[in-house]
Amino acid sequence: MQNITEQSSTNIIHHTNTLNNTDFEVRSLDAMCTNDSQLKHPWWYNLKYLAAGILFGIILIKAEVISWFRIQEMFHLQSFHMYGVIGSAVVTGALCVWCIKKWKLKTIHGEPVQFVKKQFNKGQIYGGLIFGLGWAMTGACPGPLYALIGSGITVIAVVLLSAMVGTWVYGAVREKLPH
Amino acid sequence: MLHWLQAPWPWYVSGPLIGLMVPLLLLLGNKVFGISSSLRHVCAACLPAKIPFFQYNWKAEQWNLFFVGGIIIGGWLASSYLTNGMPLNVNPNLTEQLQTYQIQESNSWVPTAIFSWEGLFTLRGFIMMVIGGFLVGFGTRYAGGCTSGHSINGLSNLQLPSLIATICFMVGGFIMANLILPFILKL
Repeated sequence: MQNITEQSSTNIIHHTNTLNNTDFEVRSLDAMCTNDSQLKHPWWYNLKYLAAGILFGIILIKAEVISWFRIQEMFHLQSFHMYGVIGSAVVTGALCVWCIKKWKLKTIHGEPVQFVKKQFNKGQIYGGLIFGLGWAMTGACPGPLYALIGSGITVIAVVLLSAMVGTWVYGAVREKLPH
Repeated sequence: MLHWLQAPWPWYVSGPLIGLMVPLLLLLGNKVFGISSSLRHVCAACLPAKIPFFQYNWKAEQWNLFFVGGIIIGGWLASSYLTNGMPLNVNPNLTEQLQTYQIQESNSWVPTAIFSWEGLFTLRGFIMMVIGGFLVGFGTRYAGGCTSGHSINGLSNLQLPSLIATICFMVGGFIMANLILPFILKL
């Protein structure tokens, strides 16, 4: 166990070194490998995430949060549904995170669960506003985009592709943007 | 049981289930719940183009691509086998508002007049899908996360930056839905 912790801290230092000047805080801002497992697994271990994704996709559909109409209701204050879903999701998530910290729970592979503090930067304001504009237009954030494609609304692939282009353009111009 | 599964799940069932994705991914292998990162991994894998932002070992983040692949399959499973075929119950005020833009409530998750292959070639359809999608991709990466990464995962871990981001998501959404979208829908 000691060995794993040491390995992962060297790994973080390595990342900060290599990405220091060009990529300010980038690894910790995203849901990325700052707290990644240092255990090496064969590729098919990733199938457990496929299973988790299938579960999440089903929940997204049954929660109706993928509906363009539900999103419009939310932004017109015409329904409590979305607020109820997001609010109860956060409360549940927070309770679970609290429990994991309190009892120092380990992953199924025996590693300690690690949490990364997010650093504030202005991107959360500007980017947040930009995403909000797009969210109300498309009626979908990235998760629902995938679920909608799965549900057979194939034209949403255009929206997803456009979102990938948006991500790419952000990557290309990010050093010129205020952070 | 099946009857209950096929009906829409109320918010107090589906919300907590979504919240449980946070500990599930942490316990499965220290993964942080987040979807929009997958868009970046696709860029890094397909077209890194010497951009520093895409120079990283995306293969180390493969789990995220498996996860979103699962969402597609889950979306298919739920809409094929876990549905009772009832139309969505939309607030009558919204239905009335939308009718002024020739948008009929349909038995779909999206207004098919806009979000369809035919709709893509209308001006408002093009703007809402192509520009809207662009803003989603650009904005989430600029903000460092989307509804899942910031609003669900970040708030669960009591992160102030995530609260700021979430408030901005909502502000942007309110501005678009109430002030800008009425003009786009008229096109």
